[in-house]
Amino acid sequence: MSRVFAPRSPRAAIVGVAESDLGYTPHRTVLQLQAQAARAALEDAGFSFDEVDALFCAGNWSWSPTLTLAEYLGLRPRYSDSTNIGGSSFEAHIEHAVAAIEAGLIEVALIVYGSTQRSDRSRGRVSPTYRLTEQFEGPFGLPTPVGAYALAAMRHMHQFGTTSEQLAEVAVATRKWAMLNEKAMMRDPITIEDVLTSRWIAEPLHLLDCCLVTDGGGAVVLASAQRARQARKPPVWVLGHGEAHTHATIANMPDLAVHQAAIASGQTAFAMAGLRPEEIDVVEIYDSFTITVIMTLEALGFCPLGEGGAFVSGQRTAPGGPFPMNTNGGGLSYCHPGMYGIFLLIEATRQLRGECGPRQVSGARLALAHGTGGVLSSAATVLLGKD
Amino acid sequence: MSEEANYALPQSDPESAPYWEGIQQGELRIQRCAACQRHVFYPRTLCPYCHSDQLAWVSASGRGTIYSYTVVHRAFGPFAAEAPFIIAIVELEEGVRLMTRLIDAPRERVRIGAAVQVSFEQVSGRPPLPFFRLAE
Repeated sequence: MSRVFAPRSPRAAIVGVAESDLGYTPHRTVLQLQAQAARAALEDAGFSFDEVDALFCAGNWSWSPTLTLAEYLGLRPRYSDSTNIGGSSFEAHIEHAVAAIEAGLIEVALIVYGSTQRSDRSRGRVSPTYRLTEQFEGPFGLPTPVGAYALAAMRHMHQFGTTSEQLAEVAVATRKWAMLNEKAMMRDPITIEDVLTSRWIAEPLHLLDCCLVTDGGGAVVLASAQRARQARKPPVWVLGHGEAHTHATIANMPDLAVHQAAIASGQTAFAMAGLRPEEIDVVEIYDSFTITVIMTLEALGFCPLGEGGAFVSGQRTAPGGPFPMNTNGGGLSYCHPGMYGIFLLIEATRQLRGECGPRQVSGARLALAHGTGGVLSSAATVLLGKD
Repeated sequence: MSEEANYALPQSDPESAPYWEGIQQGELRIQRCAACQRHVFYPRTLCPYCHSDQLAWVSASGRGTIYSYTVVHRAFGPFAAEAPFIIAIVELEEGVRLMTRLIDAPRERVRIGAAVQVSFEQVSGRPPLPFFRLAE
């Protein structure tokens, strides 16, 4: 059940964002990428490391990533949060950081992510043993996460008549945005036919329905309203936030055709902000796979359940279309270092600041960043706005 | 390539041991909650619906229907050599869902809603697992 909040004046704002090197970075460790992103985000904010009093990060490169990273960066945070609910963790970190700011515990939070999964070739490694809840799924050989999203896509097609062409619309439109972003890894145009004739990974998902596997990192600086007014650039206010999770293993997802975690996180965030989906100018939605986007659009209320396929058809989400979405080129074409959520916040902030050059959505005042983690397990929604 | 044939094994534990012992004996065991009467899978200490601890092992019928499926063309590690294969989530008559692999199932006959039956199989020298076959 989502709670209902009365809209109120924002208490916190994003004041700094940055990426590290992206793509293939065998010359960098996962700590170097995070140091690079953290420094650049603090410079973007006009803040120093000494002003940071809370550290948020998520990753599987350390048993306690905030301990390791704080020591490495020379930070002694008085608030620490390494919540890991998958790729949506960083949207959840925003919620947790705003709550800590409202409670008066902190003033400046640094949220950081980094991964060298591509250089490490760690993707797709099979566990040495299947323990605890893994023992009932692992032995059958489903490649995760892609196989789990394929099971959801098959069910969505069965229940709502969604087609492979509709899934492909997402990949094609997202590539068009990537062509406008010089940092995007994949910038050659593709067609719906290209998606449909790319090789099967797990039916009904083709290669071009799947996100990239890259290295990379990012950082976001969040500050209290008072501190945000001292930042180098205009604040990007957090107007609403929500998070939820419903399951961990795909066989335990309550309904494989409905992203229930996103329904809950979206309702909470929109109620808190006092906004409706149709008021949002630019939308950044986690695109681990094309089906993720369609199910999330439905869950957040941009269209009714089951109509996500029709909603994205006719390249409505492409540059110049009526629904600008995933404007950096997304996890499908820009970068995807394992947990993509931090990049949704970075792009939404840049769009509201008007920093996006050829891909700028003109007049954008309200943005949504929505992360999905695990196997459609978790969701966290953040609504942002400028003065 | 060194990973081939190096299958990870499910690690039985105090809670799951009756399940794996059942598999060895050709029986699919799930739990049933005496408080709310619902069946539960995978095994737990507390019912996930009513949080009673009155969970008891029962023998499942082994009959169910395909809730969703995917044809896996690219698998990881030792499973790569087995692709393509079909993974399904089966909904048992008792109402619980579980992940499995369909065997001897022609692609054109596999559809959501199709009736399936459990079949304990040893594949690639691994210990038996609860695979499913099309029932017709």
